Amino acid sequence: MIRGFEFLHGVHPPTRKELTEKLPIHRMPFPEEVVLPVRQHAGKPAKIVVRPGDRVERGDVLAVADGFISAPVHASAAGTVVAIEQWPHPDGSTALAVRIAVARFSAQVPRPRMVPDWHNLSPEQVVKAVQDAGVVGLGGAAFPTHVKLSPPKDQKVSLVLINGAECEPYLTTDHRSMVEYPQRVHLGIRIMLHALGVTRAVIGVEKNKPDAIEALRAKAPSDLDVTVLPLTVKYPQGAEKMLIRSILGIEVPSGKLPLSVGVVVQNVGSAATIGEVFETGLPLVERIVTVTGHGLRRPANLIVPVGTKLGDLLDCCGGLTDDAAEIVFGGPMMGLPVADLNTPILKGTTGVVVLTKSEVRRQASYPCIHCGYCLDACPVFLDPQHLGSLALAGRHDDMEPRHLADCVLCGSCSYVCPSNIPLSQLFQASKAALRKKTASAA
Amino acid sequence: MKTPAFVVTASPHLKGPASTPVIMWSVVGSLLPIVVASTYFFGISAILVVAAATLGAVLTEAGFGSRQTLVDGSGAITGLLLGLTLPAGLPLWMAFVGGAFGIGFGKLIFGGLGYNVFNPALLARAFLQAAFPGPMTTWAARSGSWWTLAGDNFALPLMRGDPTAMTTEATPLGLLKFEKVGTALGPLFFGTTGGSIGETSALLILLCGGYLAWKRYLNWRTPVSIFATVALVSWGMYAVDHKYPGPLFMLLSGGLMLGAVYMATDMVTSPTTNRGRWIFGAGVGVLVVTIRIWGGLPESVMYSILLMNALVPFINRATEPRVFGTRLRKADA
Repeated sequence: MIRGFEFLHGVHPPTRKELTEKLPIHRMPFPEEVVLPVRQHAGKPAKIVVRPGDRVERGDVLAVADGFISAPVHASAAGTVVAIEQWPHPDGSTALAVRIAVARFSAQVPRPRMVPDWHNLSPEQVVKAVQDAGVVGLGGAAFPTHVKLSPPKDQKVSLVLINGAECEPYLTTDHRSMVEYPQRVHLGIRIMLHALGVTRAVIGVEKNKPDAIEALRAKAPSDLDVTVLPLTVKYPQGAEKMLIRSILGIEVPSGKLPLSVGVVVQNVGSAATIGEVFETGLPLVERIVTVTGHGLRRPANLIVPVGTKLGDLLDCCGGLTDDAAEIVFGGPMMGLPVADLNTPILKGTTGVVVLTKSEVRRQASYPCIHCGYCLDACPVFLDPQHLGSLALAGRHDDMEPRHLADCVLCGSCSYVCPSNIPLSQLFQASKAALRKKTASAA
Repeated sequence: MKTPAFVVTASPHLKGPASTPVIMWSVVGSLLPIVVASTYFFGISAILVVAAATLGAVLTEAGFGSRQTLVDGSGAITGLLLGLTLPAGLPLWMAFVGGAFGIGFGKLIFGGLGYNVFNPALLARAFLQAAFPGPMTTWAARSGSWWTLAGDNFALPLMRGDPTAMTTEATPLGLLKFEKVGTALGPLFFGTTGGSIGETSALLILLCGGYLAWKRYLNWRTPVSIFATVALVSWGMYAVDHKYPGPLFMLLSGGLMLGAVYMATDMVTSPTTNRGRWIFGAGVGVLVVTIRIWGGLPESVMYSILLMNALVPFINRATEPRVFGTRLRKADA
């Protein structure tokens, strides 16, 4: 067997992908109501342009991008805007959101629209079209895709890396997209290469998805320079810097973006979405979500309208089992716990994982015994146990020179910690504390 | 659908297989075969001494530690390890005091589990060595039936015991140092020599330690580094002058096996970086050979490890990992 491409350190959590990896993607029925927050992406929230009472069709603009690092939000179902109000957000806070009562018995056919012919568009026009379609990174972080497609003019880009690692346990959205829509992925790659003026793309896929690798290779157009590489199954293989290390063998300098080594990394789901945008003309109004976990009766891979409420989605999957205890948006390693069934699915919601009582991580914490497991796990070679003790002592200033900023919050250290010290949570809080301090100093 | 109250915890929502109590109790479990074997070698006295030391440690933990640290098994490890480093004929009250000292002054006074600088079992042994030098260096002979006490184990507290109650036997290192007599490697390997209760059988210690290393509950680098250094240094000296003992004798005699596998690998008091573990092991190895050959004592593993324990913070600092994307070679950047 060929040894996969890999990075150093990392952890091997159970993948649990067998729950959904063989299930074809289905479309979920439209719910009675969708709620679309204006804050669904990294950057500035979108500006609302509709008013309560407005009738909207599927694909209509609800909120426009506020500046360059922002993305518009579109109606994911035809219906009537019933309210614009604060609404529960997956991150635990609330956000301004547009509530749409979905029209009953509507065919949900979008307005007839022009499908942009990307061949005849300049790179700038392609970037604009991508932004107008509201495309953001579908891997979880939801960074606006068009920003990554328009690097500074003096920055040379030589390679587009497509992230099909999907290293988070349970999730199979990217896996199923690659198996079922390989041509769409390749079309998206072609358009991204056109926008960036690059000729070469590499798709990295973890080795545990041989059918995805097979499908992508089989459908690769002969005139497109795209290579599909099998990666070692290891978490966090899908972290940008780890992916670059695995495939190119180089380290992105500390504090720099992948661009500094001439690489643009895009999630495979984003590539498929761009392909879809230029196939149908429809903006990003729905996404593929893996709804899974042992606390759920019927796990599934579903096409879900953005803004679908968690409760409706769970109902669609047969509801919860009696021992369901915790619901996570995203994968279980970096995902957010959600306790409110009204919380909407966002553009960046890769999956919904329902954990059972026995799986929930709620044991006692012990003192650090200096086992060094975290040092062997950290993919960016930090000293988590030392940083952790500094964080517990509130010594955030001492954490900065110890490269807290390089922490990618992957959670590998917390995962291996035998004493159950919430290291990545401490680092997230420390980062926030430092940001606050810098902001108040400025 | 019912709306249950959901749990909300921070990510990651999955937990790795290792936990501190599991690690600690696994170490305890891996020590039990050694206790059984030493009882076979030294008779009932061995298990009595080990039990007394463990009781002293666990009672101190229960009395002065927090409840959580009692169930995590770390106190039992200290007691067991201390017991295994004692001579079988030691009065039980001394072993008990040693166990209590190890937990009280070796661990709790620093703040409990995870905060101590020195290996508590070795600190306790050093204390006993200083307080009771006679009994601590009187090695009972292995002859006699299983039920025969190896010495005056039941001496009253604060009494030294009756030295005539035991027949003694020198340890291989003692024989070498004071009488210039060597010991065959076979008995050293299987454990049929004089010495501390649990240190004699290299084979058994390697097997039990190997299990822990396989489970990743101890890091193999530390013992391998110690073995390599001891072998290398003593081989060099043996090559220069055959009056020095050979590397295999150095490896198999005394407390080296027990110390390298079980004491030097104590997570709390050894380095956290892999490079640090190599350095730590090399330091222990050099000290062991140096003290054994030029020092006044026949054995030195205890002091070597304690000395290196003191250097651990410096080793950790000196071997801090290179952070991803920093200090790149020109070609990489």
